[in-house]
Amino acid sequence: MSTLSLRGIVRQFGPLRVIHGIDLDIAQGEFVVFVGPSGCGKSTLLRIIAGLDQPNGGQITIDGRDVTGTRAAERGLAMVFQSYALYPHMTVRQNLAFGLENQRMAKEEVARRVAEAARMLQIEHLLARKPGQLSGGQRQRVAIGRTVTREPGIFLFDEPLSNLDAELRVQMRVELTALHKRLQATMIYVTHDQTEAMTMADRIVVLRAGRIEQQGSPLELYNRPANKFVAGFIGSPRMNFLDGQAVGGRSVAFEGLPNLDIPAARETTEGEAVTLGVRPEHLAFTDGAGLPGTVDIVEQMGGESYIYVTLANEARLTVRRPGQTQLHAGEPVRVAIDGAAHLFGRGDDEHAITPRRLP
Amino acid sequence: MIRFLTRRRGGARADWTDWFARIYLLIGLLVMFGPVAWLALSSFKTQTALQEFPPSLLPMGQKQVALPGTERPLPVFLVPQPDGVAQERVMVRRVGLEGQFVDPADPARRIERARLTAVTPVRELHFAIENYIEPLKQFNFTRFLGNSLFVTIVSTAITLLINAMCAFALSKYEFRGRDGIFIFILSTLMIPITVVLVPAFLIVTGLGLGNSLWGVILPPAATPTGVFLLRQYMLTIPDELMDAARMDHASEWRLFWRIILPLAAPALAVLAIFSVVWRWNDFLWPLIVLNRQENFTLQLGLAAFQGELQTQWHYLLAMTVVTLLPVTLVFAFLQKYITTGIASSGMK
Ligand SMILES: Nc1ncnc2c1ncn2[C@@H]1O[C@H](COP(=O)(O)OP(=O)(O)OP(=O)(O)O)[C@@H](O)[C@H]1O
Ligand SMILES: [Mg+2]
Repeated sequence: MSTLSLRGIVRQFGPLRVIHGIDLDIAQGEFVVFVGPSGCGKSTLLRIIAGLDQPNGGQITIDGRDVTGTRAAERGLAMVFQSYALYPHMTVRQNLAFGLENQRMAKEEVARRVAEAARMLQIEHLLARKPGQLSGGQRQRVAIGRTVTREPGIFLFDEPLSNLDAELRVQMRVELTALHKRLQATMIYVTHDQTEAMTMADRIVVLRAGRIEQQGSPLELYNRPANKFVAGFIGSPRMNFLDGQAVGGRSVAFEGLPNLDIPAARETTEGEAVTLGVRPEHLAFTDGAGLPGTVDIVEQMGGESYIYVTLANEARLTVRRPGQTQLHAGEPVRVAIDGAAHLFGRGDDEHAITPRRLP
Repeated sequence: MIRFLTRRRGGARADWTDWFARIYLLIGLLVMFGPVAWLALSSFKTQTALQEFPPSLLPMGQKQVALPGTERPLPVFLVPQPDGVAQERVMVRRVGLEGQFVDPADPARRIERARLTAVTPVRELHFAIENYIEPLKQFNFTRFLGNSLFVTIVSTAITLLINAMCAFALSKYEFRGRDGIFIFILSTLMIPITVVLVPAFLIVTGLGLGNSLWGVILPPAATPTGVFLLRQYMLTIPDELMDAARMDHASEWRLFWRIILPLAAPALAVLAIFSVVWRWNDFLWPLIVLNRQENFTLQLGLAAFQGELQTQWHYLLAMTVVTLLPVTLVFAFLQKYITTGIASSGMK
């Protein structure tokens, strides 16, 4: 249970800069998820926090103590690796105890902690086995157990679930959340899977190319993405984007399509190039004014339906409707906004254009 | 075994490839194993039997019988009797071209005389165990054996340790000049041993290690082959394991002992085998360093049987078999590691 703060962390490999000055504060007991596309520097940042890698610039403080430049062992953190990194020549019990023995802890205390972690993660029956004799899910539990025995100030996870099959991943997600609740520990979790981020995080930190794009609670990011990148990254299926021009702050003009009104007015200059972003669940079919198109594919999930529509100007949209639908492929439809819409500029940062305070 | 030997390439009948393979393997067996088998058999021959021509494969020797009242066993011949049947008789004395023979069953009865051209020696299978016993007693061969064992075991242990440490640094740490050092180490493979003999000898004597077993052990302990083999193997050990151990408060030293060494065990086994064979069979270097007999290794002791004027072949052969045994045993017990280790480390 520790706090962590990063100030201006920079890391470069040779001439290549992969972390561009990260500032971040993590409170005690918080579950923070770093999310971003592959190669954005998540693992590098986590390794810097862990002390396995040293930053080229910046400062790291844990519990108010400056730990920049200290070795991993002195930081009191524990980490679960993507490949689990269990010691293949040791039994599960030895794997769990190794870190404690290295600290010259008393035998009884080691045994107590190993037993407790094994019970908590339900791996008691596996203690005598070698990692090679375990299934992927069991290895994962052992890897987590190894961190639990250490009773660290901060838990670090580097894509721990990415090697598991879908069903097991959902189950482990729930268990990890439960573990967080029980231990009340600070946890930093790296993933490129936005579903994991949304379901587990107290706070999500979205990274792109070594920079923080936005941070906030899952719903903040979902409801008010700061830019097009975050909007596209958070939420599944992905947000729909349509390029057009702002007309009078309340509607958007598209090439080859009628203008579309948006629910809240924005501060835009007339004719400004913008991107309209609407989540699939905020689109609906209408008999009145809307964007004309034809249904491409219909996916019936039972509880909800995904309808893929090609508009008259060849742009594609995904529409998500609750329940089951009578539509089928080839049918002409009209699509309108039924919920929130986002407007993004088309500059370098593609920042969100926020609604005007007063209508 | 039989099923293995008669295994075919599928199909009910053996086709020509099966026969080809069998013949090929048989020839291989003869070529590889024939000399060793001959060596082992010949090591049981007496000195005279060794000089026979044509040579026999089995250790045959003239049958000898000890008679009461005589000091040494006497040779047995087939002597033709007046009734035309040849009988076994012991030669008690030889007078010119004639011999005096007695019946071994009743030596006191009478003495027969016969020309040496008329009699044929009786031959039997005879294992000259004394070939082994004599040198082990007389020539201090147990001492040589002890020296050889000491050199081999200590040298292999040191080789494994320092080569593993070197390979660890070269495979798991990043520092400037790492690849340069590695290539430099490898390039020493190109220098023939004969070139370094003299400087190495000067250093050894300079350190006061001349004529001591440590002088034999230390200089060849670091081998580029070993470093290469271990480094290549350690490269395959994931770095995440080391990171995990570092998070687990392991010091770099502990990391080496508890993580890297156990995981490199197959490569270490291969190197151990190589090292045992090298050190055990090494002749030139011990010959140069050691000159007092009590420090001789087996290989030097063997050479002592090869005098300038005469070679004691029977002892030489017997002791060669003795020297072969430990290496053969090492191979027999560790061959599983050799194949897997060589396959995984890409070494030939
Ligand atoms: N040791 C290194 N030397 C050079 N470049 C490196 C090194 N480690 C990482 N990089 C580079 O840094 C960037 C960030 O890598 P990092 O492993 O942090 O990505 P990531 O966000 O964890 O990606 P993923 O989701 O695929 O794991 C990548 O472009 C990578 O090529
Ligand atoms: Mg990564």
